[in-house]
Amino acid sequence: MRIFASLRIAARALRRNKMRSLLTMLGIIIGVGAVIGSVSLTTGATKQVEAQVASLGESVITVFSGNFTSGAMRGGWGSAPTLTVADALAIGEVANVVAISPEVRDRAQVLANGLNWNTQVMGESPDYLQIRNWGVASGSMFSDQDVRSLAKSAVIGKTVADELFPNENPVGQTIRIRNLPFLIVGVLAPKGFNLFGQDQDDVVIVPYTSHMHRITTRIFVNSILVEAANDKVINQVQADITDLLLARHRSKEQDFTVRNQLELMQTVTATSRAMGFLLAGVAAVSLVVGGIGIMNIMLVSVTERTREIGIRMAVGARAADILVQFLIEAVTLSAIGGSIGIIGGMGFSWLISYLQHWPVNTPWTWIIIAFVSSAVIGVISGFYPAWKASKLDPIDALRYE
Amino acid sequence: MQTIHVIKLDAIHKTYHTGEVDVHAVRGVSLDILPGEFVAIMGSSGSGKSTLMNMIGGLDRPTGGHYWLDGIDISTLGRDALADIRNEKIGFVFQGFNLLSRTSALENVEMPMLYHRHRIPAHEQLERATHALALVGLSERADHHPNQLSGGQQQRVAIARALVNRPSLLLADEPTGNLDSQTSIEIMGVFQKLNEQGITIVMVTHELDVARYTKRMVILRDGKILTDEMVPDRLNAEQELDKLKQAQAAVQLA
Repeated sequence: MRIFASLRIAARALRRNKMRSLLTMLGIIIGVGAVIGSVSLTTGATKQVEAQVASLGESVITVFSGNFTSGAMRGGWGSAPTLTVADALAIGEVANVVAISPEVRDRAQVLANGLNWNTQVMGESPDYLQIRNWGVASGSMFSDQDVRSLAKSAVIGKTVADELFPNENPVGQTIRIRNLPFLIVGVLAPKGFNLFGQDQDDVVIVPYTSHMHRITTRIFVNSILVEAANDKVINQVQADITDLLLARHRSKEQDFTVRNQLELMQTVTATSRAMGFLLAGVAAVSLVVGGIGIMNIMLVSVTERTREIGIRMAVGARAADILVQFLIEAVTLSAIGGSIGIIGGMGFSWLISYLQHWPVNTPWTWIIIAFVSSAVIGVISGFYPAWKASKLDPIDALRYE
Repeated sequence: MQTIHVIKLDAIHKTYHTGEVDVHAVRGVSLDILPGEFVAIMGSSGSGKSTLMNMIGGLDRPTGGHYWLDGIDISTLGRDALADIRNEKIGFVFQGFNLLSRTSALENVEMPMLYHRHRIPAHEQLERATHALALVGLSERADHHPNQLSGGQQQRVAIARALVNRPSLLLADEPTGNLDSQTSIEIMGVFQKLNEQGITIVMVTHELDVARYTKRMVILRDGKILTDEMVPDRLNAEQELDKLKQAQAAVQLA
């Protein structure tokens, strides 16, 4: 028998019991819908995190100074001053290092234009913007010459610009940091919030030399930002930096920490991934339950239609024809249910993204996986009833009342 | 030159092993049926006629003896091969019609062609089904469902379905069992007409009235053939129908 004829017979049989077919499909619809919905939400969240990490610079390595330990008390990262500008310059000579920026951080009350604002004041090298994948909106970054001459130049983030210069162009104006006048040479492009919810635009950046000698008096830097040539060499560069600093510090213990953005990204996405797997697991269970529902209804259907099976066998249907007929019926049920579930799950996640402004993303692979697995469930759950139907004896089946 | 028998039964036995006692339903039936014959197999219930019928129809296999259908020994064939034989060589007509409900007459008639070994194109299926319905006089009811048809009409659809694959043998199991006497005569008329066109018909019945429309009567008792003779005073369905109508008219006039 040809597949097309089987499909027609199956469609007719399913149409005959519309309500029953719909209820049978409901298990698959809910299962597939839950899979697609949860995958869409977690993929969206993961993509967003990845985009944020990419905005930090994917091949960026951060070197923190070590932990301060006094007796049993242990300070956090960067609490023990161990990194120097000389360390940073030495790292700049390591193979596959493209750019470095020694980083010093401080909070300060800044004044300008008759207004004041408490913000983060960071000392960086001019390469900082390249490392962070950042740009200036107006003006320009300070130069290496500014670093050498301890220049009183500053670039400010968009938030600072908005707070201190609501109606004016800040470039060319003066900003006072700890009573020292700095010339604003540029305003940074807006970057938004980082992974931890901090406003990255609430910042004033000055040459690290100016920061260390004019604003504060420091010998050590908080951290060193390093950009590797690409994300493939990042592990090698990280190892080289570790070896270099161990040699330079002549210490037995590692008094610094080297981290890259990839590790950070993995930590942050691990949670949403775990959540996604959990949801997908629950959804898979409901798919199995849906499959059992299909098997149940197909068994009822075979019993109900014993006489029909007998008639078909009497006029020459082979066992395989009957098997295929009922199998196609089960697969049609589950495939239609799966399709409705895919559409429903996507609709649900779009609704969430519309109402809650969550990022959603339905990957094609998962749509295919959901459809194929619902069809496979149809085959598995339909096989036993179909096999039972095909093994009927035509004489008994014809006599069945 | 030997004629090929449509049916050649050689010492057919059928024994059921149910529980402790063996039931010998058919014990040594030999029977030859030639093309164009119209045979009634008769017998009381328990005479083995239904069992014999199932074996002739390829629904069951004998436990002993041989059965040649159209020159092919089908007593040793497997399930699938038997299904193909049923599809191509035998047309079934049942007592309870056995039509698919909620399926039009035309689609019921088309059904056996779905299972044909060689793919029959859709237009040919339609053509053959329409032709078969015309043969039993139901052309204008092709799109009716069984529950919209009378018993006689349903049986005609079943006959059309039996004919659609051009079988060598039309097999009828109590075809008039569920019908009133006038409709029974009409159905017998259809059979007689088909027989005149050369179709071999074997019919199982327990009604002597119905058997008298056939050409040959085989009477079974206890799984053996008791008598096998030509019908002496064969009835003609058309004439009988006329007589019946006249009688009814007379009753109404009176």
